[in-house]
Amino acid sequence: MNKTTFINTVRFILLILLQVIIFNNINFLGYINPYIYILFIIFFPFDKDNRILFLFFSFLLGLSIDIFCDSGGVHAAACVCTAYCRPLMMRSVFGLSYDYHTIKIEKTHFGQRVNYLIILILTHHFILFSLEIFSFAHILLILKKTIFSAIFTLILCLIFISLFSRKSS
Amino acid sequence: MQQIVNFLIRNKTFITFLLLFSFSLFLIVQSHSYQKTKLLNSANWVSGGIYNSTNNISDYFHLKDYNKQLVEENLRLRKLLLKEGLNVNDSISYTDSLSSNYRLHQAAVIKNSYNLQRNYLVINKGSNDSIRQDMGVITSNGIVGIVENTSSNYANVQSVLNSLSEINASIKNTNNFGSLKWNGKDFNTVQLVDILRAAPIKKGDTIITGGMSSIFPKGILIGTIKDFSLDVSENYYLIDVELFNDMTTVDHVYVIENLDRNEIMNLENSIDE
Repeated sequence: MNKTTFINTVRFILLILLQVIIFNNINFLGYINPYIYILFIIFFPFDKDNRILFLFFSFLLGLSIDIFCDSGGVHAAACVCTAYCRPLMMRSVFGLSYDYHTIKIEKTHFGQRVNYLIILILTHHFILFSLEIFSFAHILLILKKTIFSAIFTLILCLIFISLFSRKSS
Repeated sequence: MQQIVNFLIRNKTFITFLLLFSFSLFLIVQSHSYQKTKLLNSANWVSGGIYNSTNNISDYFHLKDYNKQLVEENLRLRKLLLKEGLNVNDSISYTDSLSSNYRLHQAAVIKNSYNLQRNYLVINKGSNDSIRQDMGVITSNGIVGIVENTSSNYANVQSVLNSLSEINASIKNTNNFGSLKWNGKDFNTVQLVDILRAAPIKKGDTIITGGMSSIFPKGILIGTIKDFSLDVSENYYLIDVELFNDMTTVDHVYVIENLDRNEIMNLENSIDE
């Protein structure tokens, strides 16, 4: 087992535990919870060759959260969608440098990083809440939950990224 | 043939995506149907164990509240006992109906949620403690939900704050009954529907469980009428009920076992056939 696999496995387990033990119980203003487990999707090494593996791990991540939350397959569906769309988002945000696939999220420009996170988080949250609420009559509730939770998630993700990234020399 | 294989290989990522996505959609749809043992629920030994150990820690921070709840319940029961001794005719139906056909088990909530559309709780008693599907769960203040899935040591409880939940309820001192649902908006208010327009209701009336199901005995407290309006057909009331129970802080609960349930179910099944 090489270093990247090890780090990703640890990250996978840690993020699930953090999410279900701490972040699912915040309930800020009654309904706002951050979903920081998508950091796994953000951090997963970019590689054109193992996209299927990436999809599969994202699915597993969502499914584990679903088991804890009793939400059927809502998180799994949102995770798989986000993972599938990730290359598209990266191409639109980072432009050409994506093709060098040595890109590290903590070494990107702050503006680009925020853009990338916003697109990814909004996609994930929108799919998540649409599937969870599952009714057009509640479209305002879906949008409200999406936006407020996304802001919370974004702030926490930025903090986590700057806390746990190694200092570039 | 060659072309089909080529097509599959070229689009393998997309096909994997579609497969995984449709599988999750299948799980969602399957979780929407009531009364089926779900494939995935948090009453398994991994998530149950994790929730149990975290609950062991977080329980310490709420000891004061639990004590207060217990003292309040004791006070209420003592008052009831005094009243019972003085005036036998004035007993509340709560004590009547809980006499012999029902057995109570105590349990602790180890996982609670109230901000989703379909909320579930996990309690630390399971089929080893003779908890079965379709038992009612209450606290000293009122109802909490219905047991939906059990594993050997944990059980999954469908909360009243669940858009799939439907509980028979009636207005105290009248015979009008309807069903209790939740519209997913506020975790303190649930909705009572199908109460006939002729029913005499006013704000502040108490809502209790009706005896029309074999899950809850008649007369368990639910809440008070907060607001009411007529529905589209103008024949039925749409009533907002404020719960007595604070669903955000439920911890120690009682599970009600109906000893006659099998008999009732057999009878109902024989009518269907």
